[in-house]
Amino acid sequence: MNPTLARWLQAPSIILLFIWMIVPLSLTIYFSTIRYNLLYPERTGFVGWDNYSFFATDPAFGPALVNTLILVGSVLIITVVLGLTVSILIDRPFRGRGIARVMLISPFFIMPTVSALVWKNMLMDPNNGLFAAFANAIGVTPIEWLQDMPLFSVIIMVSWQWTPFAILIFMTSLQSQDQEQKEAAMLDGAGFWSQFRNLTLPHLARPISIVILIQMIFHLAIFAEIFVTTSGGPGVQSTNLTYLIYIQSQQAFDVGVASAGGVFAIILANIVAIFLIRAVGKTLTV
Amino acid sequence: MTDKQRQNLINRVAVAFGWIAAILFFFPIFWMVLTSFKTENQAIAIPPLLFFEPTLENYTEIQERTNYSKFALNSIITAFGGTGLALLIAIPSAYSMAFNTGRWTKDILMWMLSTKMLPAVGVLMPIYLISQKLGMLDSKLALVIIYAMMNLPIVMLILFNYFREIPKEILEASRMDGTSTFNEIRQVVMPLAWGGIASTALLSIILCWNEAFWSIVLTTTEASTLTAFVASFQAPEGLFWAKVSAVSTLACAPIVIFGWLAQKQLVQGLTFGAVK
Repeated sequence: MNPTLARWLQAPSIILLFIWMIVPLSLTIYFSTIRYNLLYPERTGFVGWDNYSFFATDPAFGPALVNTLILVGSVLIITVVLGLTVSILIDRPFRGRGIARVMLISPFFIMPTVSALVWKNMLMDPNNGLFAAFANAIGVTPIEWLQDMPLFSVIIMVSWQWTPFAILIFMTSLQSQDQEQKEAAMLDGAGFWSQFRNLTLPHLARPISIVILIQMIFHLAIFAEIFVTTSGGPGVQSTNLTYLIYIQSQQAFDVGVASAGGVFAIILANIVAIFLIRAVGKTLTV
Repeated sequence: MTDKQRQNLINRVAVAFGWIAAILFFFPIFWMVLTSFKTENQAIAIPPLLFFEPTLENYTEIQERTNYSKFALNSIITAFGGTGLALLIAIPSAYSMAFNTGRWTKDILMWMLSTKMLPAVGVLMPIYLISQKLGMLDSKLALVIIYAMMNLPIVMLILFNYFREIPKEILEASRMDGTSTFNEIRQVVMPLAWGGIASTALLSIILCWNEAFWSIVLTTTEASTLTAFVASFQAPEGLFWAKVSAVSTLACAPIVIFGWLAQKQLVQGLTFGAVK
């Protein structure tokens, strides 16, 4: 293939992605510096940092930022610890392993809106839900999950969806672990913990960091679960940054402020992205 | 107890706990499917019913009384359309990058990946307003384009990895025979990379099908996909659990099966090729 043709073949994907990135990005930055509210089209003009300070001084901003961090942090800990445990548990031959695998990873393929509804109604509903039935059966008052611990409820739902992701990755990665090495260690009398610490964990170091980084990208942007279950409430107890920006744009129609919020979200995501790109770059052999 | 016996015992206990985890994780899905075969009264019965006479009325009713088929069709069109468009753009590019790897190839791929890190909510306003200006709010075409661009970086990266595994000698042989580039792609590369392309497509379809931000924000009635349709059941008190379950079961079944089939490629695709 001659170089000119190669360039022509590569051009479409590069140009299209560049447009897809640069046009919305520059518009977001531009909108964030002007007065732009769909309800008051007559108000225009450059406002500098006003939208940013307006967004940052919104009483919901602090809680939303904290909620975002709690949400991401808790889900990461839960999914990585549970994912590691389960994938080590089933990392041995047994009958029905294929079925157990399929059962374990299935939640990851469920639509986020479906998973949110199933948890909200059939499991967590304080009157007719399954958890309430259990609580009643053992004689305790059912918990009003979405009312009393909204953020925790969202954490449970998201963890249910993403632990399977961690299991899937760890399981795959464990299969490529050197079995002879493991057997040799066992013959030498290495116990479970020393095997885990010295062989398994180093082997899983990269998959773990990739799982963490990829989940961070997705969890910073959690939307559907909150939209369907708590709508960010009660109050702002389960509002994250994504949801707050959504509210600003769809309910206050304030393009300027929503864009300033968008810039916050972009910066936050990019801090994570830098590390992820580096981790992936190391593995890409060209 | 000998070492072997001990090892045996450990294995059994581990497997037992593995099954418990599997059952717990699968339970909500099982319960959803079960509920879809109950009547509305059975669905909210206290205590919850495990055994009952199953009915198909929810499934017939959602076909007759809601626009389920329309939304399902929208999901199919946007997921397959977005995937098709992404493949159309990516196949020639990834092919050219894999066989004409240059100094910048790796940087270009990494840059492409970095566009994936742009949070959707960060560009919500521009995309919304542009769609509005172009009269593409609530249009399937807008979703097809967005899904294609959203998945293009992942599709590029996986295809690049697949194409690179094709032995160069085969291509050189065909070149000696004077095959044109177009025929080279069609007759030599495509058959060899077919499996890779198919599984890449599967991954992209799964991601499009379950996408729930743009479909909720950009559509109202005409172009709504199943994710948005299901979200509309969030009504207070969540009535009609049985019907919601039937809709959900239908909406998730094909994708869960796709997911089972594409496990290996999913790992590669979701980790951007870093775990194989």
